[in-house]
Amino acid sequence: MEYAVRVDVTLRHGIADPEGATIERALPALGFAGVHSVRTGKAFALVVEADSAEGAREVAGSLATRLLSNPVIEDAAVTVVGVA
Amino acid sequence: MSRVGVVVFPGSNCEHDVVQALGALGGRAELVWHAETDLSGFDAVVLPGGFAHGDYLRPGALARFSPVMGAVAAFARAGGPVLGICNGFQVLTEAGLLPGALQKNRGLTFLCEPTTLVVASTRSVLTRTAALGAELVVPINHFAGSYVCDDSTYLALVERDQVVLRYRDNPNGSRGDIAGIANEAGNVVGLMPHPERAFSALLGSADGRVLLEGFLASADDAAAARVDLVAAP
Repeated sequence: MEYAVRVDVTLRHGIADPEGATIERALPALGFAGVHSVRTGKAFALVVEADSAEGAREVAGSLATRLLSNPVIEDAAVTVVGVA
Repeated sequence: MSRVGVVVFPGSNCEHDVVQALGALGGRAELVWHAETDLSGFDAVVLPGGFAHGDYLRPGALARFSPVMGAVAAFARAGGPVLGICNGFQVLTEAGLLPGALQKNRGLTFLCEPTTLVVASTRSVLTRTAALGAELVVPINHFAGSYVCDDSTYLALVERDQVVLRYRDNPNGSRGDIAGIANEAGNVVGLMPHPERAFSALLGSADGRVLLEGFLASADDAAAARVDLVAAP
């Protein structure tokens, strides 16, 4: 089976996010009130061949930790979106 | 004479500067393509600045998987002098040969300017001939040079004398003003500033010389140790 998987990589809690802070500072000028805690990150869309959704999650999880994210500063969240 | 290998990744762009600078200081440095898996014959290794593999994903993230990195890790484990400059520092942290990570500069601007560094430790292959507390003017040239690590890593770095260079005036938000660190043994060093761009007054500063000369002395020591090893009965 082929599973569509999404990996979201975001900066870990406590790690400064200058991009997020800059975006947040721009919001009032654009008229967006009441939006805060902006954090930036990267999203990856993958198709993983596996026997089950759990298997696809495991493969993507390993890939996310070893390559897609740097665990020193980033967290990775894996979501199996469905069958590709 | 010792031989220094300067690794060239696709996207490296400071490798010739390093070869020139080490050569001008009496060393012998040669380029090594990243697909090489054998570093025997070299007494020291430099990972130069640039944008290895386009800095895609994160600086150093893909370079870490270049074929040469297995040999670099083995070389480092064996105690060989390894120096990562700028992008090379980022590669060493991604490869786990140095702790922490380099993040985008606090001000989100690419910084290309002279900085004043303070020698914080002389217990490394790079800073061994420098004077503790000495101020060195060496340029930086980076977008992701803000050093980050967790509290326990930072305390360990300080406790084990692994912070080798600090910025006098922190340009990028680096934790503890860190400009360069070493591993616990002191044989692997990474720094964001470019000593190879400050080896002659013609370049605006010759303060990088003492660092490169220290590194060459480390390479010579490694070469001598190798000869002793071969000569031993």
